[in-house]
Amino acid sequence: MALTFFRGIKTCPLVHYPSAYFARKNGFFYCTMGSTQTQFATQEKQQSGDSKVVPKTYRKSPDKLLKDYEAIIGIETHVQLNTSTKAFCGCPYSYGAQPNTSICPVCMGLPGALPVLNSKVVEYAVKLGLALNCKLSMDSKFDRKQYFYPDLPKGYQISQFDVPIASGGYVDVDLPVEFGGGHRKFGITRVHMEEDAGKLLHTGTGNYSQVDLNRAGVPLLEIVSEPDMRTGIEAAEYAAELQRLVRYLGVSNGNMQEGSLRCDVNISIRPIGQQEFGTKVEIKNLNSFSSVSRAIDFEISRQVQLHSQGQADQIVQETRLWEEGAQKTITMRKKEGLSDYRYFPEPDLPGVTLTEEYLDGIRSSLPELPEIKRRRYENMGLSMQDVLFLANDINVAEFFDATIASAADIKLAANWIMGDIAAYMKNEKLSISEIKLTPLELGELIASIKGGTISGKIGKEILFELMAKGGTVQGLIKEKDLVQIVDRSEIEKMVDKVLADNPEQLKQYRGGKTKLQGYFAGQVMKASKGKANPKLLNQILLEKLNTET
Amino acid sequence: MLSSIQNPRLLRLSTLHQIPLRCLQTSTTPVPTPSSPQPTSQILRIRKSLLSRETTAVEIAKTFLSRLRRTEPQLKSFLYVSPEDGVLKQAEEIDRRIQNNEELGPLAGVLAGVKDNICTSDMPSTAGSKILENYTPPYDATAVKKLRENGAIIVGKTNLDEFGMGSTTEASGYQVTANPWDLSRVPGGSSGGSAAAVSAQQCAVSLGTDTGGSVRQPASFCGVVGLKPTYGRVSRYGLVAYASSLDVIGCLGSSVADTGIVLQAVSGHDKFDATSSKQGIPNFASQFIPKDYLDSKPLKGLRVGVIRETLVDGVDPDVISSLQRSVSHLEDLGCTISEVSFPSFSLGLPAYYILASSESSSNLARYDGVRFGNQVFADELSTLYGDSRAEGFGSEVKLRILMGTYALSAGYYDAYYKRAQQVRTLVQKSFRAALEENDVLISPAAPSVAYKIGEKKNDPLAMYAGDIMTVNVNLAGLPALVLPCGFVEEGSSVLPVGLQMIGAAFDEESLLKIGHIFEQTLQGYSFVPPLVGDDF
Repeated sequence: MALTFFRGIKTCPLVHYPSAYFARKNGFFYCTMGSTQTQFATQEKQQSGDSKVVPKTYRKSPDKLLKDYEAIIGIETHVQLNTSTKAFCGCPYSYGAQPNTSICPVCMGLPGALPVLNSKVVEYAVKLGLALNCKLSMDSKFDRKQYFYPDLPKGYQISQFDVPIASGGYVDVDLPVEFGGGHRKFGITRVHMEEDAGKLLHTGTGNYSQVDLNRAGVPLLEIVSEPDMRTGIEAAEYAAELQRLVRYLGVSNGNMQEGSLRCDVNISIRPIGQQEFGTKVEIKNLNSFSSVSRAIDFEISRQVQLHSQGQADQIVQETRLWEEGAQKTITMRKKEGLSDYRYFPEPDLPGVTLTEEYLDGIRSSLPELPEIKRRRYENMGLSMQDVLFLANDINVAEFFDATIASAADIKLAANWIMGDIAAYMKNEKLSISEIKLTPLELGELIASIKGGTISGKIGKEILFELMAKGGTVQGLIKEKDLVQIVDRSEIEKMVDKVLADNPEQLKQYRGGKTKLQGYFAGQVMKASKGKANPKLLNQILLEKLNTET
Repeated sequence: MLSSIQNPRLLRLSTLHQIPLRCLQTSTTPVPTPSSPQPTSQILRIRKSLLSRETTAVEIAKTFLSRLRRTEPQLKSFLYVSPEDGVLKQAEEIDRRIQNNEELGPLAGVLAGVKDNICTSDMPSTAGSKILENYTPPYDATAVKKLRENGAIIVGKTNLDEFGMGSTTEASGYQVTANPWDLSRVPGGSSGGSAAAVSAQQCAVSLGTDTGGSVRQPASFCGVVGLKPTYGRVSRYGLVAYASSLDVIGCLGSSVADTGIVLQAVSGHDKFDATSSKQGIPNFASQFIPKDYLDSKPLKGLRVGVIRETLVDGVDPDVISSLQRSVSHLEDLGCTISEVSFPSFSLGLPAYYILASSESSSNLARYDGVRFGNQVFADELSTLYGDSRAEGFGSEVKLRILMGTYALSAGYYDAYYKRAQQVRTLVQKSFRAALEENDVLISPAAPSVAYKIGEKKNDPLAMYAGDIMTVNVNLAGLPALVLPCGFVEEGSSVLPVGLQMIGAAFDEESLLKIGHIFEQTLQGYSFVPPLVGDDF
């Protein structure tokens, strides 16, 4: 049911969200309200006046100041679940759909409509809770978080307050090798279920705004970390590990650009040795892991500068926005005391009760999780770089696991996947499940090269054929007559012919220009259509070049 | 639960009596034998006259509509009346089905009123509030859908106190309904329109809603039967929420049997309401044993507990004596009477007002002027919200939103909301204990008979105190039946008094059985108001 209303409200500056935060779209909307255009320009100016930080240079010049401080970073992550219907009604959700085309009385908050919990939401929450090593609440409940905003149709968000479904867990992270590597364990405070709000769309002319309720009621898991991170890289890796987890579990696409995975960072600094925490600042609008990392580094630098200049009082509790273009954070809204959300138990929904059997069922259905996979790969003797690459994507990891299951050489399999296969996927913008090559054939290819049936060069050619068109290694070798020539006499014949055809070069070689060996080898290889065993070829060639004087 | 008092003869006869209701096939020969008594149930009478071709659905509809037209200017029970041609068209369809011997729903040809806080897709549903003026929902409430599926014709939307918040209909955003027994008096509330409409026979039955007594108190004031089912028995989908953990859709009719038949139609689990129960639905009609088949002590062995705290100072002495006469009557029917004490009884009222207000402050947040209903143009978002709500809500609603917002605020939650929840648990425990000792509990439905319009309008506390008899039942989620048991003379007026019977959770069956026998054996009373006159 797509109800449409057109209503206008005069312009008003909103303090809640900047217009730039939302993509502008066309379509039919049913509700309008004031917009918020100019506020941010002024804030930006004020901000640049406040702080003397020059973002482009601060990282290059090693700032001794930074060494005297430590940053305390915690992250709140919202993961949008990919259930086929919304959390409390039967509407489907698809990103980018025409506004207000996937709505019903329930997610529109019409009078008399009631929420009914989608059991998949609980299942996904339990999956993630288990994967994050959390303790699960056998009896949890939903609460109402109350505030007014036009994208929140009921005037409250159905969420979980004092009894989250999962709490007290941790996540293991391996930092990238290029950033120094290292293993970290970050605490997870809680995981709870809640519903998403709609979206405000602001018109170009800026005198009214519109509400799109497609997203209203889409299930979210909010994951709150302990304030255990100290650097931008640690925070980015924490977020990346969450993304890996939700993708491994298949509970979300984890796409940051589409907002399926949203990170809000809380950050404060304190001089090293100080016990009490500094003033906490929240950063929003982080659409990639690198922006998480860079925003934090910027913010640490900004706060350290202020602190070291005796202006610590200018670090205020506020929400700041990461500006990707300017590569800096700007004030979005100042917190005026704590908001009172007047939480109380949601009377429209019965409590959520889990049983041990239910948990056991889910536990046994979990895939091998990234951390366990990484440790296994590490024990197989792969380098950390290889381990991180292969375990990053569950499909790649599964491809790798399937390849080595057919007894292929572990290191060779890793090299093929990380080298030519990864490059091909990148060029063609394909995922590993979209290429035609199967793990079985990759194993066959590796075995054929190792066993000498084909050369490495031919192997590469076949690989591209297999990735693009499919087929089997054996089939291609046969079809294209690619079996390596290992017959000594056959190669000798070709060498003799090349030497006979190039008397001039032969003369030069024997005159001392031994570099020409490469030239002869190339000619022979060409004559063999690349099939000659290179080792044998060179051996025979050298003999002939040097003996027949 | 009452098997001890059901002798084999009663059971056999009750099975016989249920035939016309259960039978969906139109039969050309009327089922009741010529010697069977005229049922007290209006629904069964309608059915009997339709099946016997004594009259037609169109004739019945016309009779109700003409009475409605005649009485409505004085009563103002309805906020919206269906166009006559629409009603008659539905009646014609029923007549056509009878002609063709097609399947006929148990409520075929029954004109029903629906309280205006229950959604109807073809009529405005304002909940009595200006903030929803002209708002027509895109869907039917589950209870309305079921009424229609059972053949009922929705004749219109009945008046109420805004969002169900009130006990008189004076808090309606549109009009005040008059009591058919004395037009200068209130019909009770918040389902005052539904009760007055049934009392004045503007419709045969109606749906009301009961959050703290809103079906039972107006039933008492208007001399009709009001049934508040167990919480969860009837889906709340489409009921405009006031206090979600207390709200229940209830039935009003001119006989106990009518409320039972309507309950049968609207009950059941609903996948659109997570709080609706999957409890099985008994055949309520099997309890409606005709008077002639009753023996001298039909309720022999039934344990009735009289709640002591409901017969104290502050309760009208005439109401108390009516109740005492009812107790004697029940004793005559064979009941064992005992007194039950509820130490927590008086705590229920403040706990109710805290919980109901808290939930309402949240439930009414959606009326923000953004998506539907009244919107006031403004320069700022907060002004849009403030002005739309200031203009759209009446003062009683604002009062309760303010109380509820306060009770849920940080720092007050523990002292108010949490404590009220503790009282609620206490009330539930007390009821459970009392209903282990007794089959039903009885009390007056209200501390007084209908009072004058305007009498308590400026004294909300006095009005709230009038809910003392009913709110505990909502806190416990139990079923309760109110039926007229006597009269009180007030000046030149004769006003009905209601008896409340409270049963164990999901045991509406016992209430209906006892209520039906009580009603049939009550001698010398006619609960038809003078306004209706002789045409009924």
